[in-house]
Amino acid sequence: MRGSEAVVKCLKAHDVDTIFGYPGGMILPLFEALRKEKDINFVLTTHEQSAAHAADGYARASGKPGVCIATSGPGATNLVTGIATAFMDSVPMVVITGQVPSTLLGRDSFQETDIFGITMPITKYSFKLDRAEDLLPAVQEAFEIASSGREGPVLIDIPKDFFYADVKYKEKKVEKKIDKRPDADFLIYAAEAIDKIMQAERPIVIAGGGVILGQAQEELISFAEKYDLPVVSTLMGIGVFPNNHPLYMGFAGLHGRKAANNAVAEADLIIAAGSRFGDRQTGNLDKYVHNKSFIHIDIDPAEIDKNVHSSIGLAGNMKTILQLLMQRTPVNNVKTWWTMLKNWQKKYMYNYDGSYDVPNVMHYISQTINKKNADFAVVTDVGQHQMWAAQHIKRYKPRTWFTSGGLGTMGFGLPASIGVQLYYKNKRRVVHIAGDGSIKMTGSEYYTMAALNLPIISVIINNESLGMIRQLQKVFYGEKYFSSEFAYKMDYAKYAKSFGITAYNVYSMDDFIEVFSNAIEQNKPQVIIVNISKGFVEPMTRTDSGINTFVDF
Amino acid sequence: MKHALSVLVNNKPGVLLRVVGMISRRSFNIDSLSVGVTQPPEYSRITIFFKGEAYIVDQMIKQIGKIPDVTAVQLHNPKDAVYRGMTLVKVRTDDDNRLDVLKIAELFRAHAVDVQTTTLIFEITGQDEKVEAFTRLLAPYGILEIIRTGQIAMERGEKTINNYAEKKEFYGKSVI
Repeated sequence: MRGSEAVVKCLKAHDVDTIFGYPGGMILPLFEALRKEKDINFVLTTHEQSAAHAADGYARASGKPGVCIATSGPGATNLVTGIATAFMDSVPMVVITGQVPSTLLGRDSFQETDIFGITMPITKYSFKLDRAEDLLPAVQEAFEIASSGREGPVLIDIPKDFFYADVKYKEKKVEKKIDKRPDADFLIYAAEAIDKIMQAERPIVIAGGGVILGQAQEELISFAEKYDLPVVSTLMGIGVFPNNHPLYMGFAGLHGRKAANNAVAEADLIIAAGSRFGDRQTGNLDKYVHNKSFIHIDIDPAEIDKNVHSSIGLAGNMKTILQLLMQRTPVNNVKTWWTMLKNWQKKYMYNYDGSYDVPNVMHYISQTINKKNADFAVVTDVGQHQMWAAQHIKRYKPRTWFTSGGLGTMGFGLPASIGVQLYYKNKRRVVHIAGDGSIKMTGSEYYTMAALNLPIISVIINNESLGMIRQLQKVFYGEKYFSSEFAYKMDYAKYAKSFGITAYNVYSMDDFIEVFSNAIEQNKPQVIIVNISKGFVEPMTRTDSGINTFVDF
Repeated sequence: MKHALSVLVNNKPGVLLRVVGMISRRSFNIDSLSVGVTQPPEYSRITIFFKGEAYIVDQMIKQIGKIPDVTAVQLHNPKDAVYRGMTLVKVRTDDDNRLDVLKIAELFRAHAVDVQTTTLIFEITGQDEKVEAFTRLLAPYGILEIIRTGQIAMERGEKTINNYAEKKEFYGKSVI
């Protein structure tokens, strides 16, 4: 069997039904094999970066590795931002790049780049092939590595001639490696952790994206309920704890809700589940750790003590560990703590008055997409709109909130929406929220969205500026705005219409309500441009101070 | 403080780059590095000497341990390990002082591996301190060139690096 056919067969064996990519000379043999494979849907994007983001979105929604392919040289380098995005957010992904024939390698041949070397720091693993017989084992192993332990992207760089080489296909059933943990030692640490939880006067749980990856939503809810623990989420953890649950305090961090940030700042014990204590979550580390102890649960042992020194580190399977922590009868008393928390919740409750600003727009979206029998996923880009969405759109289920957390990749939203929508098909519709800055980055994917007739509702918050940059220039550069305000007006509705997509310009809350509810009714691609004044995302904490020190606007 | 780490890895192209790249990505600095194939030849052994506080040691072990090609990571305790490195020293000599120089070399158990009318090359193995003392004594004669290999480390007694292969995983830690 030809190498290219073996690769396709192997992809099929790994349950791959959708591949994103872009053709080019060195990857063409694989395209020829894919052409003949009817069970795999190939999605052509307008740029390789978008293929990577779309595969990423598909993976975040499905939990399976997303697959994207590109050719050598520029095709491969265009993938880099997408791979780095997936790496930072621990998304399982298999990336296949074509490479110049092995005989031409190392001669600076046409469209040759060392993509193996370029992507080494941003992949969980990468394969550089020396022999055609290594091709198939590499593809098989790539899936195993991408989807085991802490998930992440894996790249395989395949010289063109290996696609033509005669390869023996051997079906290999991927067995998920069984985690040997917990062992006897581990139980001691778990018991110590329970003691600590019961002794704490002001405990709090931080739910991170790792709980979603570890499919431990139920365990997390039971754990928090059992010990009556307040829960905040990280940006990546939104959705894992139902936002209407009485124990939920909101999203914490640089732009977190005030009640949530206060709770974290005043806690004496933080139980972090699947969160790596990123700097946007903690702010100033010295102030963050002051007078606190930490129980850190993560699948990746290297995360324990990396950013925050914990008292107890539990590395392993999230589900198992949370179950272990529920083995005793609670005796803790957190009543006083809850009185404080409830006060903050009341004091800092957001007043949605229906005026035409972004928080109210987000609140309306939230109310509409969370109605009974409605099932929506929210995908955001990166910027002010992303933070407003995180603050004001309620999510109840894991894998219904998608955002670029670690890398903060502008342009992630639209291609990721395509991946998410393709996975959910008719079961769940995607609302994509972008800023006018981020949509300029990968807006050409409206072409793909239109070509596939995906019923995504794309909302562009148009404040004619790079809002987050403007905000940083206000706070840290004495309101000296530079390169953050667009003097040249662009008609985004005409842009969307040029792809054949229905688009609306909105100038008031009434407009928005009408257009958005109408968009929900119609099952087709739509773009809504919310033309709105420039504003600032509040609350905002200063990165150099504690997370309950807020910037005054 | 100086630390020695032995890392057992698959003997495949790119693996050294993976390990070293991880270290540089985390902004840790390497003092010395040596790599060689082991018996059996499917594995290579990397010895890394580095300085740093407990945090850096902990992260080095965990981050290196995460790399799929890494089989074992062993942190050496200086009391229970033998450290060795080799140094070549080229020193200027003439008929008058050659015997003096050779005498010093004898005291340090350094071997002359090349003898010319105006120069000598010595090979010396051992820990850094010994090599430094040797070069200090030779300095007045005129040292032309010094080259050092990376140091290697091996634990004393019956234990080998393979004993650390199973310990790669981290389970938890006690209350501090």
